[in-house]
Amino acid sequence: MLKLLYFASLREQLSSAQEQLELDQSITDISTLKQVLAQRGGVWQAAFEGSDIPLLVSINQQMAGEDSVIKDGDEIAFFPPVTGG
Amino acid sequence: MLISVQQEDFDVSAITRQLCAQRKDVGAVASFTGLVRDQSPTEDLVALELEHYPGMTQKALESIAQQAMQRWDIPDLAIIHRVGKLLPQDNIVLVVTISAHRKDAFDACAFLMDYLKTQAPFWKKEITRDGESWVASRASDEHAAQSWEDK
Repeated sequence: MLKLLYFASLREQLSSAQEQLELDQSITDISTLKQVLAQRGGVWQAAFEGSDIPLLVSINQQMAGEDSVIKDGDEIAFFPPVTGG
Repeated sequence: MLISVQQEDFDVSAITRQLCAQRKDVGAVASFTGLVRDQSPTEDLVALELEHYPGMTQKALESIAQQAMQRWDIPDLAIIHRVGKLLPQDNIVLVVTISAHRKDAFDACAFLMDYLKTQAPFWKKEITRDGESWVASRASDEHAAQSWEDK
């Protein structure tokens, strides 16, 4: 099981702050996870496939990239570029 | 190392005194305070909402702080970032660095702010009289952080 988190404008776009997702064999890294989420269509496809704003991603609270490997139990967060400070 | 993500305001002098207490080797203190600024086109900012990723912000700030302490001769530092609803001119962020000499304190303070702006998971939403909008990230912040890699 994966714990997925969404923040800021992405959270609003998806109307979802977090969810649990069953880890199946089609998901091996961030890139394949994004494909699975985009297949939901609608706002999900817009966010994870054709977005103008590059999404950032972290695995277990560490910044990650497209080819970062996912394992069962990971906490994965997607968010827009940060704007603190 | 004092690192805090909090709703409450902070007091620069109190934090500075705390960092310098019992340290006779400190000859320089540099600090940066970021305030809520009205950057909406119609200048009618009502409030700024600061969202963050609670599980990650503390870790991200600690990682940035450790990088600064490895790179410069700073025996201690403080980073305080506020979250929640803030009003125009409220404090948002504080970075304080202490050192024997000014250069390390200045450079480390600037580095911490540049890195914090691009790597710590905070997001600003502006609330104006007309509605709400997320603040867009700036390429100039990205360039500022990138420039430290080349130094």
